[in-house]
Amino acid sequence: MSSVNNFFEDALNLRAHRQQMLASNIANADTPNYKAVDVDFASVLKGAQSARGVLPMDTSASAHIKGHAGGPLNAAEMYRVPSQASIDGNTVDTNVEMAQFTDNAIHYQAVLSFLNAEVQMRKSAIQGQ
Amino acid sequence: MSMFNVFSIAGSALTAQSQRLNVVASNLANADSATSSTGQPYRAKQVVFSAVPLQAAGATGVKVTSVIEDPSPMKQVYDPKNPLADSKGYVSMPNVNVVEEMVNMISASRSYQTNVDMMNTAKTLLLKTLALGQ
Repeated sequence: MSSVNNFFEDALNLRAHRQQMLASNIANADTPNYKAVDVDFASVLKGAQSARGVLPMDTSASAHIKGHAGGPLNAAEMYRVPSQASIDGNTVDTNVEMAQFTDNAIHYQAVLSFLNAEVQMRKSAIQGQ
Repeated sequence: MSMFNVFSIAGSALTAQSQRLNVVASNLANADSATSSTGQPYRAKQVVFSAVPLQAAGATGVKVTSVIEDPSPMKQVYDPKNPLADSKGYVSMPNVNVVEEMVNMISASRSYQTNVDMMNTAKTLLLKTLALGQ
């Protein structure tokens, strides 16, 4: 049961993180030399799932190298390949970003409704009616 | 909560775009100001945007780092009756290109609208998240 919740938690966190990245892209649509970024959602979610249960390495000094403990926020940023490069070095295509932003928002709501269904199911199990 | 960062990102863009709109307004208003407080004709101003990282990882806002003056030469208009005319009868008029400014204005207002839309979407998502489990 909790593994299902972990999955939803990761997916929701990653969707929120991606929403923030796409917002940065749209906000910088007019900034010279800004490069649009995004994450590969499927592979990052898979990585976060396989990293579950792997404990982070303990460090006793600030100079120690931290262990890689997975989690959605370690999402690797990737630069978008522009279809029409603009002369000021900006690679944001507002149409693409808006489409992705809306798509991501709908997927976020989908994860929320799955989570809601999960909560309802547990409620009815507890009440036993 | 990454979703709250959307507000600060879009907010920074709204501030930057409205500053751009202000500069366009002052350029258009002064398109015919042959003299200013410095005694020189008005020079067109342009904003310079740059991306600024916000406190959260991966969040990049936008900021107006400087307002530059357009270095292009002034328009020379032949008007010997004008008290500001030089010995040959030419008056230096501001180097404001009205067509460019109008295009800049439309671009700024479209970007502003997009950012407001973005804020509304983030608000809807957050409200739905708040209603989780009810």
